[in-house]
Amino acid sequence: MRTRSMVFGLTILPILASLLITAVLIMLVGADPRAVFEKVWEGAFRDLRSFSQVINFWIPLTLVSMGLIVTFTAGLWNIGVEGQMGMGAVFATWGALTLQLPPLILIPVEILLAMLGGGLWAALVGILKTRLKVHEIFGGVALNALANIASIYLISGPWQPAEGGSVRATPPFPADALLPPMSPDFGVSLLALVIVGVVIVSVIVALRGTRWGLQLKATGKNARSALLLGVPTGRSAMSAFIVCGMVAGIAGGYRVLFTYGSLRPLVSGGIGFLGLLVVLLVSIRALWVPLVTFIFAAILGGSTRLKVALQLDASLAGVLQGFLVLAVLFSNGLRERWRETNPAHLSETDIKTPESLKADR
Amino acid sequence: MGLVMNIELKHIHKRFGAVHANNDINLTFATGRIVGILGENGAGKSTLMKILSGFQSMDSGEIWLDGKPVSYNGPQAAIAHGIGMLQQDPLDVGAFTVLENFIYGQPGNLSPKRKVAQQQLEKLSQRFGFELDPDMPVSQLSIGQRQQLEIVRLLALGVRTLILDEPTTGISTEQKTLLFDALRELAAKDSMTVLLVSHKLEDVIALCHEVAVLRAGRIVGSMDMPATTTELVTLMFGQELAAQPRQPINANSDDAVLALHKVQLRNKRMKIDNISLRVRAGEIIGLAGLDGSGQEMLLRACVGLEKCSRGQIDIAGRDMTGKSYREFLQTGVAFGAAGRLEEGLVAGLTLTEHIALVTSHQSFIDWNSARQHTEDQIKHYNVRGRPESRIETLSGGNQQRVLMALMPQEPVLMALEQPTRGLDVDSARWIWQQLIERRKGGTAIIFSSPDLDELVTYSDRIIVFCGGWVQEVADMENLTLDELGRMIGGEGVIQ
Amino acid sequence: MNPELINIFNSIVANATPLVIASIGETITERAGVVNLSLDGSLILSAMVGFVAAFVSGSAIIGIIAAMIVGGLIALIIAIGGIELRQDQVAIGFVLTLLTADLATFLGQNYTRIPGPQILRSPIPILADIPVAGPIFFNQTALVYLSYALIFGLWYWLFRTRPGLALRAIGERPETAFARGANVNRLRYLYTIIGGALVGLAGAAYSLSVKPGWATPPSMAGDGWIALAIVIFGGWHPFRVVLGAYLFAGLRALSTAIQRTPEIEISVVLLNGIPWVLMIITLLLVSSGAIERLLTVLPRPLQKWTRNFLRSDPPAALGTRFKQK
Repeated sequence: MRTRSMVFGLTILPILASLLITAVLIMLVGADPRAVFEKVWEGAFRDLRSFSQVINFWIPLTLVSMGLIVTFTAGLWNIGVEGQMGMGAVFATWGALTLQLPPLILIPVEILLAMLGGGLWAALVGILKTRLKVHEIFGGVALNALANIASIYLISGPWQPAEGGSVRATPPFPADALLPPMSPDFGVSLLALVIVGVVIVSVIVALRGTRWGLQLKATGKNARSALLLGVPTGRSAMSAFIVCGMVAGIAGGYRVLFTYGSLRPLVSGGIGFLGLLVVLLVSIRALWVPLVTFIFAAILGGSTRLKVALQLDASLAGVLQGFLVLAVLFSNGLRERWRETNPAHLSETDIKTPESLKADR
Repeated sequence: MGLVMNIELKHIHKRFGAVHANNDINLTFATGRIVGILGENGAGKSTLMKILSGFQSMDSGEIWLDGKPVSYNGPQAAIAHGIGMLQQDPLDVGAFTVLENFIYGQPGNLSPKRKVAQQQLEKLSQRFGFELDPDMPVSQLSIGQRQQLEIVRLLALGVRTLILDEPTTGISTEQKTLLFDALRELAAKDSMTVLLVSHKLEDVIALCHEVAVLRAGRIVGSMDMPATTTELVTLMFGQELAAQPRQPINANSDDAVLALHKVQLRNKRMKIDNISLRVRAGEIIGLAGLDGSGQEMLLRACVGLEKCSRGQIDIAGRDMTGKSYREFLQTGVAFGAAGRLEEGLVAGLTLTEHIALVTSHQSFIDWNSARQHTEDQIKHYNVRGRPESRIETLSGGNQQRVLMALMPQEPVLMALEQPTRGLDVDSARWIWQQLIERRKGGTAIIFSSPDLDELVTYSDRIIVFCGGWVQEVADMENLTLDELGRMIGGEGVIQ
Repeated sequence: MNPELINIFNSIVANATPLVIASIGETITERAGVVNLSLDGSLILSAMVGFVAAFVSGSAIIGIIAAMIVGGLIALIIAIGGIELRQDQVAIGFVLTLLTADLATFLGQNYTRIPGPQILRSPIPILADIPVAGPIFFNQTALVYLSYALIFGLWYWLFRTRPGLALRAIGERPETAFARGANVNRLRYLYTIIGGALVGLAGAAYSLSVKPGWATPPSMAGDGWIALAIVIFGGWHPFRVVLGAYLFAGLRALSTAIQRTPEIEISVVLLNGIPWVLMIITLLLVSSGAIERLLTVLPRPLQKWTRNFLRSDPPAALGTRFKQK
């Protein structure tokens, strides 16, 4: 059937196109695309260790993406998610470096602190947006930079390692403060996996089945109408920011409490921005998030070895992911246009009154 | 020859989906005549005029000018052929000044001669008695002034045929007189053709030499004026309409549902002082005035969407001054805005989701019962749509029905901005039946409308807004449309 | 005037120039009703390409041309996605922000920290001798002079020419522009690409003049966002936009001066936060309506002249799509 092959083509095409463009670019810097793709694959799936690295990207990426599903549903561009991860990491670091508690209490406290940090930083964006009418993109960008500056300040000042001192990282956290791995071979935190599962399920349930979720959706689609229908839109937007910030905070906390074991500058590693790409790619459909984040995490994990193996910069991962999302957005546009010119495939609910007719009535 | 212009429309067809908006239209317009294009909302008259002026393409048919077939691909090309149209909402740029708007679209070299253009603008304005300040931003003009600007602009471009789409909606009687005088002069002295699209009989009777009547996309008749109202109505609707009986005041107690005490309202453009008003249960209050004279501000102040800078607002005896919209909602007020899809309904949500949004009070939504409830409401309000239909796929009339369904069952007070805006006659009448039902239950209604007929027909009392003043109509019994029009235009204001 | 002070002002003007050019470019794009959010990445990629092209060819001019082509191409992608394919301009712009920055890092990895051609100062003979203003404004590079021309040129175009009326109209009310004979979407393409090319030029101004060379992480990262904020602060008016850019560069110079002053005890790291705090403050200034209120207290005759300069509303059709019949 023509329709089905068309739809199939428009799904496969962006993937092929982005791979092709990336291959051309690799050749441009004088490398062999096949070797590169092989290395990336190996880097992700060669053995349990490389696979666990993929999972360690997947966990925070999935967390922020699910958080961003919430803000996007409310129609908000939470670019500040990077800073919210960063602040989550800073708050968790404070707990890890200063609190003397048994691990059974310390770890939950650290995670709560991470949520607090991310939530607070998101609340700032929210206040700027809802009270002071500063667009969340600008508020977010500024607060991202400020969060990073704050962590650099802490690393180079108050939390400087005792001996010598460096601007690269805080002293390593005590072992009790770290999340335990599942096994020495498979370095993944079980607790984090459980948290990810809980977050995925709760976000989906909250958006589909609760009044809060419906109010977010209405706010996102038309805040003015939602307000007139009695939705507390300001509070809706604020709560979306805070929920996303808290989830992003956990993701940031995970980076310091498991991945690094210390706080370093730019601790989020671009994962927050990547989450935004993921949510754009899936057009805010929550169910697709875990799969797409897995693919992105595999590309990310696989490309960490490029520098050593082929002297190529790891930013290649970002290039491939960026082209993929761009190609998907473009193919979405093509699909919409194609549907419009082939009205036979319109479902009844898609038909809109022509503008001119509306004006006449 | 530029001076004479005969227009012939031959076999014009235009469809929008299933609607045959223009069905085999044949018409001839002679130079120097003022022709009324009459028909109720949705009859296809605007579509036809948009085709003639290049704003819309036709499916088939021909346009002949002075014995030659022409075709053009846009309004600019139509103007080059001498045909210009004044839209109901004049197509200008709010951020431009009057002069910039006048210049924009005129042919010429890179840098326009502002002095020359200004002289031309002033000369044309003077001829018709229009007062247009060249440096004023268009966003600060009234609809009437924007029409005047558009007319002089089209004249400066050498238009020989002027089409006006419902030009008397939202303008004062004074501006209307000015406009009609100008049109008469253009037809008589400049032998221009003037086509007046309207559904208002009084306008057509006052101005036109002849009329063509459309019904459901077809020409159902044309006649030379003068003709009687009855003749025209019979043509328009295919039957005579019985006049709507005036509803008697139904207020059954003296307690004020809504009370304003010396309220002051202000925004960037105006300030209205000292509004005092008591509305009893079951009363219908109409707010009359030109577009943007403050009626909307008052309506919004009554539901907490606009803050009063001074004074006090009571709802059902409770002081609500400075309270938020949500707090007003809890006292049992309901608000309906003029732009339904902008303010009221959420495009992208289904009917069920709308219903669930206003009815569910638990944290978790019971979608089955929400759907059931939606089906009941669809039946009750006679909505053409399904629970899972997205709201934007419904027609304007059905959207308005859904809005009614979303309002609380027995509100203390309903504040409605232009409740029948853009609706066909049937839907409008249905909406008013519903509203009158609710007033019987004790609901007070306060509404605004640009339609004087609607105001006079349904209001128990009318408040007139004009130039920063409000005034209540004293003698409702003997109020005529003309009188109300004069008051809106600023005559008879007591200062 | 103190020669040291003149030097400071001279360098403020020089350092502000890429910001000026980029925000003028974005002003053009947004006036046409299109948002090019990709500035932060566009600047980085065009800076890299500009530097590499100049390095390889040995000619700064070729570097500039290459950078402008890159900026224009990025804008073209936004125009196709936003106008032709009716996707969210903000979404495409954001994806491109990340993508172009990564592309710059990846493609420029073999060209980091090497010396290359630079655009040198060329004082304008007579003008440079004017006291105070001469050495500040006319002892600069050709790019700076070009930025002056852009500022006045855009003002003239917007407010004194017929095509300028069309440019403003397609961003304010495209239906009107269409009715008056403008090909709305074609014009939007044109101005989006022109605006993008100027952003590319701004990128080259970094890598060939203000912050010569190429490095990772790129030294101009973040300035694209600042430029976007300046456009809002500038109320889409070329003169106010420029004022904003100079203000920013001036306050940056001030914070560098503070860092160099040993008497003031403040962490160097924290001073880096100043531009961002400043960005929020300037946006607050606009969103609070403070600037517009200024308009209402001015006497009427003055209002006429300042209305365009003081307005704070974005072009009414910014970021929307127009369907031509």
